[in-house]
Amino acid sequence: MPLLDVSSLTIGFGKSDPVVQNVSFSVESGETLALVGESGSGKTLTCRSVMRILPATAQLRGGQINFSHDGVTQDLLKAPERQIRALRGSRISMIFQEPMRSLSPLHRIGNQVAEVLHLHQSISAADARQRVLAQFERVGFADPARAWSSYPFEMSGGMRQRAMIAMAMISKPDLLIADEPTTALDVTTQAQVLGLIKDLQAETGMSVILVTHDLGVVANMADQVVVMNKGRVMEAGSAKAVLGAPAHGYTKKLFAAAPMIPAVAAPARTMPHGDLILDIRNVTKTFALRTSGWRPPALITACRNVDLKLPRGKTLAVVGESGSGKTTCAQIALGAITPDAGGEVLFTPNAGEAPLQVHAMSKTQRRSFQRDAQMVFQDPYSSLSPRMRVQDALMEPAEIHRIGTRTQRREKAVEMIRMVGLSPDMLPRYPHAFSGGQRQRLSIARALTLDPKLLVCDEPTSALDVSVQDQILGLLEDIRDEAGLSYLFISHDLAVVARIADEVAVMRAGVIVEQAPPDTLFYNPQHPYTRALIAAQPEPDISRPIDLDLVAKGAGSPADWPEMFRFKDETAPALRELEPGHMVRCHA
Amino acid sequence: MILILRYAVSRFATMLLTLWVVSILVFVIINLPPGDFLSNQIAELRATGQAEGVAKAEFLRSEYALDRPLWEQYMIWAGFMPGPQGFAGLLQGNFGWSFEFDRPVSEIVGDALWLTVLVNLAAVLFVYVVALPLGVLAAAKSETWVDYTAGFVGYLGLATPNFLLALILFYYGHKYFNLPIGGLMSPEYEGQPMSWDKVKSILAHLIVPTFVIGTSGAAAMMQRLRANMLDELSKPYVETAIAKGMQPSKMLRKYPLRMAFNPFVADIGNLLPAMISGSVLVSVVLGLQTIGPYLLTALKSQDQFLAAFILMFVALLTLIGTMISDVLLMLLDPRIRMGGRTS
Repeated sequence: MPLLDVSSLTIGFGKSDPVVQNVSFSVESGETLALVGESGSGKTLTCRSVMRILPATAQLRGGQINFSHDGVTQDLLKAPERQIRALRGSRISMIFQEPMRSLSPLHRIGNQVAEVLHLHQSISAADARQRVLAQFERVGFADPARAWSSYPFEMSGGMRQRAMIAMAMISKPDLLIADEPTTALDVTTQAQVLGLIKDLQAETGMSVILVTHDLGVVANMADQVVVMNKGRVMEAGSAKAVLGAPAHGYTKKLFAAAPMIPAVAAPARTMPHGDLILDIRNVTKTFALRTSGWRPPALITACRNVDLKLPRGKTLAVVGESGSGKTTCAQIALGAITPDAGGEVLFTPNAGEAPLQVHAMSKTQRRSFQRDAQMVFQDPYSSLSPRMRVQDALMEPAEIHRIGTRTQRREKAVEMIRMVGLSPDMLPRYPHAFSGGQRQRLSIARALTLDPKLLVCDEPTSALDVSVQDQILGLLEDIRDEAGLSYLFISHDLAVVARIADEVAVMRAGVIVEQAPPDTLFYNPQHPYTRALIAAQPEPDISRPIDLDLVAKGAGSPADWPEMFRFKDETAPALRELEPGHMVRCHA
Repeated sequence: MILILRYAVSRFATMLLTLWVVSILVFVIINLPPGDFLSNQIAELRATGQAEGVAKAEFLRSEYALDRPLWEQYMIWAGFMPGPQGFAGLLQGNFGWSFEFDRPVSEIVGDALWLTVLVNLAAVLFVYVVALPLGVLAAAKSETWVDYTAGFVGYLGLATPNFLLALILFYYGHKYFNLPIGGLMSPEYEGQPMSWDKVKSILAHLIVPTFVIGTSGAAAMMQRLRANMLDELSKPYVETAIAKGMQPSKMLRKYPLRMAFNPFVADIGNLLPAMISGSVLVSVVLGLQTIGPYLLTALKSQDQFLAAFILMFVALLTLIGTMISDVLLMLLDPRIRMGGRTS
């Protein structure tokens, strides 16, 4: 008998059609089942109905969820609330997507984890502490006692997710439900967290339901795969079968859209550095942390000695994890923050003109610079005002810069919305009427209304589904070639930039550690961190699992890098050109 | 713990500094309208031809240094500088002279001060005791009859003018519960030393005023708490708690309520002055011997020392209130305690 058997589960809201329809699958003990789908596929509702934590307005319209434990089988959908509560956290536990917000900021980590033990068994405070500390050690906290008395906001995202895993594992559940457990994490952290879940599973023999949109994650984790779309199961079967030879069209589409690091035979092109539109020279930015009292403020160096050259019409990508300084670079490039003295940012809107000093602009210079350099933001949900019609949002930049008459602005808005692949009759609508991908198209359209020369894209696709990400990247490429734009592209994902970039700069701890055209970088990565990034990228191919050793070596502290790349005290080695167009930060 | 103590001490120091600035503001604002109590009186006496009265008033003017420049008047009043009677200002515990009542300010406000604090503390307590369970209940049972009833009662409380509520409550309270009407104690206890019977009498008289002054505050606070709670209930950590197998009521108390508590606590400071100024009218209607009615008279007749002292007292209560709420927030929220690090 399987551990969990879901049969013809149907869930709906109000009077509308069901959003989860006739979903069936079963999970054997010790096995990992991946529920794969994009947003709106019903995968999250499905996994939550196992725990029976559905939104209050959701109606269970049919089906059974049979869970076998201790020799009895129970229909979780019909069991009384009290029995369900006894199962939650003890036999079935769950990890959520956002480790930042899934822990209470007001309670210590130890308190929140030990609570699970106290809820389900009578255990003394001292014993509970012992067990929690042991679990903390198991999930990889170097100092369990310190983790016990820390608050969530004192930890990084990866550490918080480890704390969540400790919380879910503390009572040795039979079934772990992980709802996009690594989507909010950096690739290298993701690789380590996935590895941890796998190890824990091997130790305890529990089953895992892994909800994800990432086929690469599936290939690394799953035994069984269920592909969902619009509330229905599209395809199901063993991971080997589904990933090896996808049968359904939707699965094939997901495969095609999944960003991949290409296998490069031999690198050819190098990027010419002749006519530069943006030239960032020796930029360092130090922030002073506010501290209490009269002590001198602590200084944080967000980026150090950054040199970036963006030739006209090309795309330069800056890749790094959170805290690597990549966003600071983007802000400096746009003149939003000024670099420390000694750094220069030169912007040449048209070939042959005298460059504009972005780091020291006058007010009028800034105004014209803002027309020429625009930004596309990460989150299309919060970067468009919900109270402004699309046409007003598209006409606003021109209004601010007093360009054209009202009719001309309107015509421009129509032109722009066509350019990003939407229809002009959508102009009177409000942003809420658009999907995430459409909203990102709108923010691209808004960035383009002033006919800029340079577009800074700050993770423009990381909030989107894979298939939508694919479309947006295609759109950005088309627009670049059509309008002769230059992009500074900020991302944490090597696979995404592999496609669009002409040159990639990999950042870590505020410095560029390696810089080369993407082909060179993938063919011949030199720096351990670049290697870790490439190794951490989950590939949708079960024969190519993530090499955790490689990830751990490069993604750890710079002090653990091989001698050749190690920082001496705070000073990093210089960037050296190993071959034409390929720079690596290492000692000679 | 040491951190919090240190914070409390530094907070206390800033409070003293603020109080000093407030004293300047209060004094300047009270002296902004042309003339003062005595010059008005002198003009009136001259007009009616009472020469001996004029002489007395002139004497008082120099006695209380009203004929000196404003800054000197301030220094003397605050006690930074010797006046005609030497150092005799607020700092030395001398609150000045009320011209209107022809008695020292301390004598006039003496009892009223404590009764004011008593009435308003009772009202604040009422606000919290009523708003806390109702707000939480309304949020936990949102969109049900519990929520709607609580909301309706809340809006009723907000919309009813306090003095009207006072009159209604007096009538029915007396008719059905035999509650006393008006005042803060039975007349026979006035001016008597504290005794058990007097305390009982005061408590019985407190019921209606507390209710009247506290209702609108409680209604507003309840709505705020409900909105905060609803915000918190939709956060992922609530789901985490449910997924652990917690009971809803326990979960509600441990997690979202703790989070929704911050604005609740931060309001202590604002609540006190709002109630004291809001209760002036109520005190007049109900005949409460609080400082409210005195403040009204003093402001009308430019009785500057009395008015200034009462305003300083209200400011002191406000500052103490904000200090208490700041220290409480420190205790309650580790994010504030750890100093501005974001979550």
